[in-house]
Order: sequence, then structure tokens, then C-alpha cells
Amino acid sequence: MVMSEGAAPPYLLRELEEPGKSRKGQTSSRPAGSRWGRRILTAFACLVYLYLFLPLINIIVFTFNDPAGRYNISWDGFTINNWLDPFKDKELTDAFIRSLQVAVLSISIALIMGSLVAIALARYRFTGSRSIEIFLVLPLTTPEIVLGASLYQLFLGRNVVLGFSTVVIAHVMFCVSFVALTVKARVRGFDWTLEDAAMDLGASPWRSFRKITFPLILPGIMAAALLSFALSLDDYIVTDFTKGEFTTFPIQVNNAFRVSFPPQVNVLATIVLIMSVLLLVLTSVRGEKGASR
Amino acid sequence: MAADTDSDDRGLRKGKWAPYGLLSPGILWLVLFFLVPVLILVRTALSSKASRFANPEFSWQFSNFSSAFTDYGPQFFRSFLFAGIATVSAILIGYPLAYWIATQGGRWKNLLIGLVVVPFFTSYLIRTIAWTSILKDDGVVINMIHAIPFVPQDFRLLATPAGVVGGLTYNFLSFMILPIYVSLEKIDFRLTEAAADLYSTPWQAFRKVVLPLSMPGVFAGSLLVFIPAAGDYLNNRYLGSPKTSMIGTVVQNKFLVQFDYPVAAALSLVLMAIITTMVLIYSKFLGTEGLAV
Repeated sequence: MVMSEGAAPPYLLRELEEPGKSRKGQTSSRPAGSRWGRRILTAFACLVYLYLFLPLINIIVFTFNDPAGRYNISWDGFTINNWLDPFKDKELTDAFIRSLQVAVLSISIALIMGSLVAIALARYRFTGSRSIEIFLVLPLTTPEIVLGASLYQLFLGRNVVLGFSTVVIAHVMFCVSFVALTVKARVRGFDWTLEDAAMDLGASPWRSFRKITFPLILPGIMAAALLSFALSLDDYIVTDFTKGEFTTFPIQVNNAFRVSFPPQVNVLATIVLIMSVLLLVLTSVRGEKGASR
Repeated sequence: MAADTDSDDRGLRKGKWAPYGLLSPGILWLVLFFLVPVLILVRTALSSKASRFANPEFSWQFSNFSSAFTDYGPQFFRSFLFAGIATVSAILIGYPLAYWIATQGGRWKNLLIGLVVVPFFTSYLIRTIAWTSILKDDGVVINMIHAIPFVPQDFRLLATPAGVVGGLTYNFLSFMILPIYVSLEKIDFRLTEAAADLYSTPWQAFRKVVLPLSMPGVFAGSLLVFIPAAGDYLNNRYLGSPKTSMIGTVVQNKFLVQFDYPVAAALSLVLMAIITTMVLIYSKFLGTEGLAV
């Protein structure tokens, strides 16, 4: 673009430095472009969505399959029996319950610790906050195999028996970072003088936290909870290294795959999917309501 | 009357001990279960083991590291090649979708982005197994490919490098789409109108205005795809074969099956070091500092 410093419209320069901030609430998100270009893009977008949902459709469709052998991989016939008896495979169901237990315990611990970290980072200015932020990101940028292997070495060296507690420890570890960053992102830019105002009006610090701060960070906590729940349930690699003889749902599916792949796997996975989508819808609706208040 | 009136105009407090107190549980957990284990891994990498069941002895065994390169060069190369192709594919597939949602989404943006996330509420392992069903040799997809002229009849996707790369691309796709979307969302597209006023074509406007502004998102997305993909072993286990084994496969095997801790630890650290180096080079190349998404 041929422009000299003086000739450039001031809003353009401001935009290039800080996109979106020059006109609050008046940003435009429709670029100038050709109609055919837009149509091709829309077609491509639909294809990508199809690609994203293909395995999902496969999983759900195959919950209705009546497999001829022990592997639910080829379509053999329609049945709803799998849905009538989702807990038929005892080992699988037990592993599934264990996965849920690990997830619930892990996210409970991680939510508390992570939110405290987020509040500390968002609310206070102190030396070392930058380094703490970088330190928080490190576990997320480390390959899971390194996380798992190093924990394995830690527990082995201390003669700790690998099992439920070591898996929970590992899950809390990677969830804390996610929770801290998610809650911090949701909470950035809030006007904290509201808390000071409440206390000037006579509220105790605890009361002002309960009535002012907590409702404000709640949407962030709920989003972090949902995310951590999914991460914990699905986790394979880190769990593989910290489990010992203990099995979670994905571990059990993998172990049994040598011999069988029952349709109940798909059924349980679909149940989790439906629960997660419902939670996602609930939290985003709740979030919208909270924001508009 | 307020508890601590040392605050600036956004209410941010210059805390003394309060932020450190809030941070300590979470940070302590990460130090104990992330930092310390990695250091232990370093120690193990420099140890040697007399036999399969003996304990490792620390002995400055640098040969563990050199054997990492000599014995497992192909797996390292393959892991980075696969992860690299997966990352580029994810950008090619994900960027247009993110762009479409950000620019054409309108009122439905949150729903559309939510749809991107929904498939990832099924278990990682089960999604991968679903691909074995979709891409199986006598399945719909392969039959359709065979119908194309000039395609050899023994063409298959399972147990091939293409299968592994396809799995890697799919499994981390939403980690690419989300950061790019967030980046694009912040852009004020009146900039492209301004560019059009200055006689640029839509494509030039995209290339010179939108693309550079969306780079932080592309950068973050690339990290979130490349790093886990490089250390993965599940995609190779289900969609690949022993001939396409990746470094993750080797590390998992050496730790949990062969108990060859020193070499396994060395391999994990080399993997981490190479990834960190590549991330640093990539960030210099893109000129972005920090993942301020």
C-alpha cells in the first residue's frame, strides 16, 4: 500500500497497533469480497464440518450395530439392544466408573487451586507474576509423553504404588494450568473497584467476595470445569504412565482391543458426549444471562 | 475502612503476601509434580541400568543421548515429519473454517464455534478407533477411492503413514481452529474496506491485512497441534503399523515394557529439547512474542 505517515487515516494506524480497540463496540466483521468467493468458502466450511463430525456420526451410528464378531467395526445389522444393556461388559463399566471418579476428584482439586492462581494473577500486581504465567504454560507445551514418563520416574523412585491416587495427581497437574488460564482469561479486565466499593459500604471481605467476585468468576470456573472434565476423562498417555494396574475407560478399551471392541464402548462414549453437550449448552446459556445482568 | 487500599484505578492491588498465598497450592503442585519429575528425568537420562530389573545408577552416561540419535533417528525424523504435515494440514483445513465463522457467522458465531468443539467431547482413543472403521479396507471411503480411475486396487489408508497423519490432523484440528478464530474475531474488517478504497483486490487485502493480524492465532494453534502430535503414539498404534512407528511409541515401549529407563528418559528429553528449539525458531520467524491469544 502506498501511504505516507501523514496521509494515513488515524484510525487505520490505531487499528494496526491495537486491532478492535479504536471503536468500542463498532467493529465490523464482514470483509469486502466477492460473492463467489464467499460461496466457495461456505461450501468448504460445510465440508470441514462434515469432516469434523464423521467419526462422531460413525460412533453414534455404530451404537445401533449388531456386530457379527467381537469387533464393532463393520456394519452387520440394526439393533437397539446395545442401548438397552449399556453396562453389559463388566470390566468396561467398572473402568468407566473409575474414569468418572478420577475426573470428579481431579477437577474438584484443580478448580480450587487453579482459580486461586487465576485470582492472584488477575487481581494483584506482584513481582514474579510474569514468570508464574510462563511456568503455568510449560506443562501445556510439554508433550504428554514427557509429562507421563517423568511422573512415572518420580513415583517409581519413591516406591509409590501406581494406581488411583497417582492418576489423580497427574490429572490435577495438567488441569491446574488449564483452569488457571481459562479463569484468568475470563476475568481479565474486570473492574475490581467494585469490591472496594462494597467494602467501603460496610461489607466484610468475605461477603464482598461471595456477592461480587465469585459470581463474576463463576462462568470462567464453569467453563474450566467442563474443559477439565473432558480432558480428564479422555486422557490416555499420561494415565498410561501413572496407572500401574489401575484402568480407566480409554485404557480398558485399548487393553481389550486385542480381543474385542464391543458396541457398549460406543454407547458409553455417546452417553458422555450427550452429557458434555448438555453441560456446554447450560454453561453458555447461563453465561449469556450472567453477562447481560 | 477497606482492607487494603493500595490499589490502582482498576482496583488491582499491589499485594504483599496475599497473591503469593493464593498462588502457593497450585504452583507448589506444579513444582512437585511437573518440575521435579522432569529434573528426575534428566538424572535418569544420565544413568545406566545393569539389567532389566536393576535400579538405575547415576553415572554421567552421556552415551544414552548419543544412542538416541544413532538408534532412533528414523523415528525422530518420522515423528517430526508427521507432526509437521499434520500441522500444515490443520492450518489449511482449519483456517478457512475459522475465517468463515468469524466473518460469515453473525449471530450464530458461538453456536458454530461450539459445533467445532463438540466432536472433541468423545474420547480421543474412541475417535481414533472410529477412523479405523471409516477407513477400513472394504469400507465406503476406500471403495469410493478405488472407483477413481488410475488408483491401484491395493490402495489402502489403514496401516499407512497417510493414515497416521490423517489421524493426527483430525485429532488436534479443533486446537488449531479455536486460536485462529479468536485472533480473527478481534480484527476490524473495515481495514479491508480501507484497503479496497486504496485499490487492493480482496485477495491482496487478505494477504496484507488479515493474514498478518491473525498470525498470533496461527502460531498458538500450530504449537497446540505440533507438540502433542510429535509425542503421540496412539494414532500410530491404531492407524499405522510398526513400520511407521514414532518416537512416542519407542518411549512408551522402553519405559513400560522394556524398563530401559535411562535410554527412554534420554529420548524423552531429546524430544522435548528439539520441540523447544523448533518453537523458538518458529516464533522468531513469525516475529510474535508470547501467546497473547
